[in-house]
Amino acid sequence: MVSAMEIYMLLPKTNCKKCGVPTCMAFAVGLLGREKKLEECTPLFEEKKYEAKLAKLKEIVAPLESATETGLIIHPEKCFGCGNCVIACPVNVAAEPTRCGAGLGPEGDRVILRVEDGVVVANNLEECKRFGPNRVLCNACTATCPSKAIEFV
Amino acid sequence: MTEFDYKTCTGCSLLCEDILFPDEDSISHAKNLCRKGLAHYQALFVERTGPLIEGKEASIDQAIEKGAEILRNASAPVIYGWSNCTLEAQMAGLALAEKIGAFVDDPSSHCEGRLMEMLLSGRIPSCTLDDVRHFADTAIFWGSDPSSTQPRHLSRFSYFPRGSKRQKSYEEERTCIVVDVRESSTAKLCPTTTYRVPPGEDLQFLEALLAVLDGKIPKFGDKKRMIELGSIIKKTEYGVIFPGPGMLISLQDKMDRFEDLLRRLNEITTFKVLPVTEQYNSRGFGQLLFERTGRTKAVKFSPSGEAAAGPTLVEAAKEADAILVLGADPLLDLPAGLARAFAAAPLIVIDPRRSLTADLAQVVIPAAISGLEGGGTALRTDGVKISFEPLMKSEQPTDEQILTRIMEAI
Repeated sequence: MVSAMEIYMLLPKTNCKKCGVPTCMAFAVGLLGREKKLEECTPLFEEKKYEAKLAKLKEIVAPLESATETGLIIHPEKCFGCGNCVIACPVNVAAEPTRCGAGLGPEGDRVILRVEDGVVVANNLEECKRFGPNRVLCNACTATCPSKAIEFV
Repeated sequence: MTEFDYKTCTGCSLLCEDILFPDEDSISHAKNLCRKGLAHYQALFVERTGPLIEGKEASIDQAIEKGAEILRNASAPVIYGWSNCTLEAQMAGLALAEKIGAFVDDPSSHCEGRLMEMLLSGRIPSCTLDDVRHFADTAIFWGSDPSSTQPRHLSRFSYFPRGSKRQKSYEEERTCIVVDVRESSTAKLCPTTTYRVPPGEDLQFLEALLAVLDGKIPKFGDKKRMIELGSIIKKTEYGVIFPGPGMLISLQDKMDRFEDLLRRLNEITTFKVLPVTEQYNSRGFGQLLFERTGRTKAVKFSPSGEAAAGPTLVEAAKEADAILVLGADPLLDLPAGLARAFAAAPLIVIDPRRSLTADLAQVVIPAAISGLEGGGTALRTDGVKISFEPLMKSEQPTDEQILTRIMEAI
């Protein structure tokens, strides 16, 4: 996954404040948190010398757009449906303590992660600890994935 | 009773019983099914075999009759496979083997077979997977990678779930240790407690571990890390070792030392052993054969039905004048020399799907896929009996029905 530093290296680094934040580094962080859009950095589009950097930037921020509201990205081609994340997710366990808590697959619809057709799918993202402004940076699902099929931006 | 109609997956020997199919008679949107199980279910619709005699289409009655005829005239028949059949089919198959005086063996015999014999005869302690979930705090995966063999092993039993004595589970109470030649998927979950062993040096690792437990300095690997492993084991309340083919093939005939290690471990704390088997009912065949003959592999029945320790599979296959293969693909799985011996003998294959062995066989008898089209019982990798109902209705006869009909025809 791309880091804020990698994005910063491709920005103009002039701290012109045209995007509304004080520094280019802050803009890079905003971009990564999906609070800012690339188009808000006007010099990048207006000045010809940034053309190559802009093309590279567009390429590296493209995966961020496929992320869900909580920043969760699932790569179904890497997932083999082991269900570690389903059992590890604290919200899943709270929703179905007798099943997810005991290692069995969930049966209801209140869980966030569940395995369907052999790969993990995410639902009810508003229940996730990473949702909303008061989010907690829980990483139970990504830390327990043996194939790095799920990650957060 | 719950309102949900749970199905059992026969994709691996974990026999997960919590599979849900929202649509009837279709496998789409299957819930809780891992990718391995999904592939197993998807195979229902591809490459199915029909009854064949020497490559030509025939009716199923003709195929069974021809198969019975070959077996009737054989003086040294071999029945190979077994581990992808239900317990009922294995019982019918063993009755057939007794009747015709066949040599029986299964693919696990060069691998988990030896361990299974030690385990069933009570020389090494074992437990069930539910015990692992409730009590175990240390799981050692030695030469096994459950992430690929039994994908849901860690999430259902050994590492992530909460149990009655292990409420804090993997976060605080459980330790997962991997001993392997490569960085497997399971090893990625516990990088700090992964021990890489060069191929074939598991015995040195075992000796080093024994030395550490006796308070000596180990002569193998990173001394500091080996001592760390020793202290993890000494703090363990209930440990389980999950040996896989990596360790069993590496130790070869030095399994006595493994027994010594377990004796030593059990002096310190409680340690159990559970093999990680691949095919869904390989434990079932081992246990069934053990109960009947006192051995778990390579048994030769005399024409009068008495069992004795047979020759090796190589010798039996070279001398065989008829080989009945059920639920396996030996030409694909076995080493080239052995596969050649198999291919040279007249082959009768009972298999739901097309396989390399079925392509070369003289007689192919199609069967229902157990767990999908046929019900039955099977033993999970820890020996717990699990019965399952078929997912969908099918015209195909089950393995058990075919074997019974062959026996009647002989």
